[in-house]
Amino acid sequence: MSKVKVARKSTRIDMTAMSDVTVLLLTFFMLTSTFVKKEPVQVTTPASVSEIKIPETNILSILIDPKGKVFMSMDKQGDMMNTLDSVGNHYGITFTDQEKNKFKLEPTFGIPIKSMKAYLALKVDEQDKVLANYGIPTDSLNNEFKVWIQKAKKINPDLRIAIKADQKTPYKVIKDVMSSLQDLRENRYNLITALKNETAK
Amino acid sequence: MSEIQTNEGSGKKKKGGSKQKKVSVFVDFTPMVDMNMLLITFFMLCTSLSKPQTMEINMPSNDKKITDADRDAVKASQAITLVLAGGDSIFYYTGQPDYKNFNSLKLSSYKPDGIREFLLKRNTEAVTKINDLKEKELQHKISHKQYTEQVSEIKGGKGTPVVIIKAADNANYKNLIDALDEMQICNIGKYVIDKMTPGETYLIKNFRTKGGLSQNIAK
Repeated sequence: MSKVKVARKSTRIDMTAMSDVTVLLLTFFMLTSTFVKKEPVQVTTPASVSEIKIPETNILSILIDPKGKVFMSMDKQGDMMNTLDSVGNHYGITFTDQEKNKFKLEPTFGIPIKSMKAYLALKVDEQDKVLANYGIPTDSLNNEFKVWIQKAKKINPDLRIAIKADQKTPYKVIKDVMSSLQDLRENRYNLITALKNETAK
Repeated sequence: MSEIQTNEGSGKKKKGGSKQKKVSVFVDFTPMVDMNMLLITFFMLCTSLSKPQTMEINMPSNDKKITDADRDAVKASQAITLVLAGGDSIFYYTGQPDYKNFNSLKLSSYKPDGIREFLLKRNTEAVTKINDLKEKELQHKISHKQYTEQVSEIKGGKGTPVVIIKAADNANYKNLIDALDEMQICNIGKYVIDKMTPGETYLIKNFRTKGGLSQNIAK
């Protein structure tokens, strides 16, 4: 019996190169990507061939879910606070500083103004559960949506309006939103779509 | 690599050199890699790389200045009216609708051989011009700025069709985007989204019943 001598090799792997790669990847992801906003409802946007990218700042986005609920979000916290204040004034509701501070941290809002105070008193995880059941009223009798847009535009005139709606949303809801915007003379806005590759032959 | 090698084992001591302790410094990068991987995973899951696409549209204002007479004037100039009805169906008619003849309304589809073919045929002149320009731009004969300027000039030029898009309440948002998309694919510069009139609802009903409604009137 001859003993086979296995050469003892060090099993230590040099991780420096691996570390280099991961740091590079990490830097890439940090620089190129943008954070996904938490949205109360899942929305699948329809595809289009349009190649215009959405601007980064001063966006007032309107989110419409398949059932026709309308939510809004703004990217500047200062604007959010002031808008809440002036919408509250319009309806004769005053908000405390604490409430305003809580409101400005909301990624998306869509609560009828009457329920806003009760909503802001809730804890964050409870808010998430409740929010999907609400939505800003857009009907012609109680068009809070119009007031929100009007006030937001007054506070920041540079806001660009972007509509993000689910592809199954009935046109009736879109029509209501669009005609509210038309009433406010907001005739230029963006429709958010996904990318589709198709060209005319 | 991460090992700082000191000539410990070589045994050759420098003559009269300082007697520093020679330690092999080996930094283990494994935890670092672990942490980085975790961070990468976090970024991949919580961020989106692609920015969403948008479509810019200009709506006509709600002013009541645009009267029915104006609409008729546009229609009379052989405008194309697309009617987006429910169930992913799309109808079109040109010029003034003929309420007596249910065949004046044509059923089409969102597929490439449907409404697109019709619109491209109507807009052949502009489409060929724009394709020429595209070619020129690809060969760097004209700058991108010149290209966009000329394209918008062609799109707004005389003789290009005017398209009126009308959507029924039971059409969905995707239909609207698809219709707007066709405008872009077919290089149509003049289009507008308008409200449905009872006339169009009647036309669709009449079409679906194969002229049943207009026959009733005739009787």
